[in-house]
Order: sequence, then C-alpha cells, then structure tokens
Amino acid sequence: MRRVAAMLALAGLSGLAPALAATNAGRAHVPGGSFETVLPPAAGVKTATVQAFDMDRTPVTNGAYARFLVSHPEWRRDRVARVFADAGYLQHWRDAASPGESLARQPVTHVSWFAAKAYCETQGARLPTWYEWERVSAASATRADARDDPAWRQSILDWYARPASEPLPDAGLTSPNYFGVRDVHGVVWEWVLDLGSMMVSADNREQGDPDLQKFCGSGALSLEQKENYAMLMRIATLSSMQASFTSSTMGFRCVAGGGAAP
Amino acid sequence: MKRLLPALGGALALLCATPGAAREADPANSLYHLDAKLTSQAGQVQGLDLYRGHPVLVTMFYGSCQATCPLIIDTLRATERALDAERRAPLRVLLISFDPERDTAAALRDIAATRHIDTTRWTLAWADTATVRSIAALLNVQYRKLPSGEFSHSTQIVLLSPQGEIQASTALLGHADPALLAQLGQSTK
Repeated sequence: MRRVAAMLALAGLSGLAPALAATNAGRAHVPGGSFETVLPPAAGVKTATVQAFDMDRTPVTNGAYARFLVSHPEWRRDRVARVFADAGYLQHWRDAASPGESLARQPVTHVSWFAAKAYCETQGARLPTWYEWERVSAASATRADARDDPAWRQSILDWYARPASEPLPDAGLTSPNYFGVRDVHGVVWEWVLDLGSMMVSADNREQGDPDLQKFCGSGALSLEQKENYAMLMRIATLSSMQASFTSSTMGFRCVAGGGAAP
Repeated sequence: MKRLLPALGGALALLCATPGAAREADPANSLYHLDAKLTSQAGQVQGLDLYRGHPVLVTMFYGSCQATCPLIIDTLRATERALDAERRAPLRVLLISFDPERDTAAALRDIAATRHIDTTRWTLAWADTATVRSIAALLNVQYRKLPSGEFSHSTQIVLLSPQGEIQASTALLGHADPALLAQLGQSTK
C-alpha cells in the first residue's frame, strides 16, 4: 500500500518542471519520474519509476579516491581482502596510497563494485541503481529523454568506436547534460548498485520461456529498445562483471536520496 | 513501522561496516571478511560466519517462492543424505533470504517447522537489503525484486570451507551435484 502511494506521488511529481538547482557543489538534483527502460522490470512492464535523487556531477576521481584511502586504509591495494577486489585493483597507481599527479583528476578505474560501494557509503551516499543511472543517461544537453534523437544516439555510439587504449580524460570535461551531470557517456563505464540484478539471459530470444534451472521466478530479463546499442552494450558490460572484478574502464559515481537501500 | 526500525538499524550497521571486521587470520578469499548481520529463525543476530569452523553449504532463497525454492531445500537434503555419517556430522547449512519484508524470523520459523528442518545444523536467516546485496555479490547470485514482490533469481549452492572460502558452487537442482559431493568428501575428512 505504501508502495502504491509513493508511486502516485511520483506520478504527480513527474509532471512538474525539473529543478536543475544543485543541492550541493558536487551533486545535481534529478527529479523523480517514470520512463521507458531498456531493462523491463517484469514481463509486460516497460516503464521504470525512480524517486528524486542527487547524483555526483562527475565520476569519482583518483584524487578523491586517494583521500578516501587515508581514512579507510583497509581499502588500499596492499591491504584489501582479495574477496572484495581482484589483483588488478588500483594497479595503475604510482603506489598504494597515491595515484601520482598525472592521474589525480582522471576518473578512478580499476576499482571493484565492493570498493565503489564502500567509497559512496563513507560519503553518506550510495551507488546509483541501474534505473537511476539509465534515467540520467537518457538526457542530452537540452532534453531529459533524448533517446528518440538519432543524432544524439550516434554521438554516443561514436565514443565506443574510439580505441580503449587512449588515456582517460580528466573528469568533468564533457558538457553537462539536461540534469547538470557530466561524463555520463564517453568517459568510463560505471558501477551500479544493483549489479546483481542485471540477469540477462545468454540467449535473449527465449522471451517468456523462463529457464527455471537458473532463474527462479519470472526468469531472465528481456531487453527492449534493441536500436539503443549504447545502453545494451553498457548492460552487457555490467552483466559480465562480478563484484570483485576491476577493469581499466570501469569507474563510478555516487548518489544520495532516492528510494534504494545502500 | 515494524519494518522501519530494522531497516534503520541495517543502514547504521552498514555505515560502520568495513572489511576489517573479519579475523586477521582469515584467508584473503574468505567471505567472512564481510561484516554482515543476519537474523536467524530463532531471532538470533549473527555474522555470516555463524558456522565458522564447519564446512557450510550456503544458498539464497525466499520463503514465498512456489517453484524453485522448495527444490533448493530438497537438493540440500539430498546432498546431506549422500554423505556418510562421519562427513555429514560437521556439515552445516545456511539459507539466506532475499526478502527481508516477508521472511521475518517468525516466517522463517514456520518454514523450518513445515519442512522439518533440523535447526541445530541448519539456519534460515534474513538480512537487510544492503546486506543481501553484498552477500549475493560474494556468492555470485543474481536476483531481482519484481513489481509483484516476488523475486527472480539464479540459484547457487555454495560450499564454504571452515574459514569461509568458496570451495565449490553448483547451480544444479533436484539432486546432489557429484562435484560438490567430491569436494565435501575432502573438506569433511
């Protein structure tokens, strides 16, 4: 019942003009609302609803992550329990405590989901859920949902055509999107809180044919908006990562507020 | 309101959670590095390492599941039965619920009674959403809450060493996985 009331409240809010004011220097306010998702919550349900939340304007940088390690040395690469982060964890840093000057302003990568989650929690925040991330990622500079704009979609796809060997740019150099959030596309992949819920069937053609052996309940998710390659690639990347994995292109940012538990 | 208090407690516990909470001697790959708070069917609050020192089969489920979840309990039983008494004696079983809203201690107690579960050797437990997320990540279990309140999830039965390291993991349901049994033969010697 509480759920129904909350959804009604959200439905009312989504009609209002979005507030673009930042709640603090580092986070942009993203109004709640409903949108069509590439990852349907259930068979026959195409829209996802998120409550209002505040999202970091830029991905977390190596410099910020190094400051976190000062107060939480248990996450240093020379102390972390292997169960929380694989051998690649922060291996690109100059030493265990510091990334070195050249990396300080770049988004932190080579971090596991567990590490990203712990970082956000120390900021009184959490990782964004997939739906929160997807809502923000749908925005162009001028529209909250620009996914029906072929030119915008192409500009995102162009990023994927760039070789991954190029050094990462500093965080915050791309233009802010409609919500005031930067670097959503074109810089790094980003961890999401509900990583473990991206159960995409290996063979997505078995729609409505739940593989009961693997998935109890409604079975694997089917993907929508097959023309939205950029989103599908992101889901494929996330669903291939286990929570202790790290990669040279996987970073994160944090959110506060919203409805999800950390 | 009854929901809110444990949720708040969980949030606070999580803010304080660090991987340093495990014992110094735990191997680097031990799941017992996770500072988790589980509440058993008896209402007892314990860590993920409640069966430390024993080989333990860990799995995740939710109580109201009609299809696969009864089968999970049957499979755990079949695995136990396939062991000789000497190997069965030290083995423990831990079932962790995805569903803190419905699988309260009382609900878990009902399941234990209905399914004639020996709670001296098996524990059914619930944890807050954030803890469930981390445990599922460690066990590599995928799950998703559906709008209906049901859960869609993958099934893994994971064998942990007495120090909490993953020794084997199976998605096989319905009968005991021979690979798991082979590993159990070693770990319960």
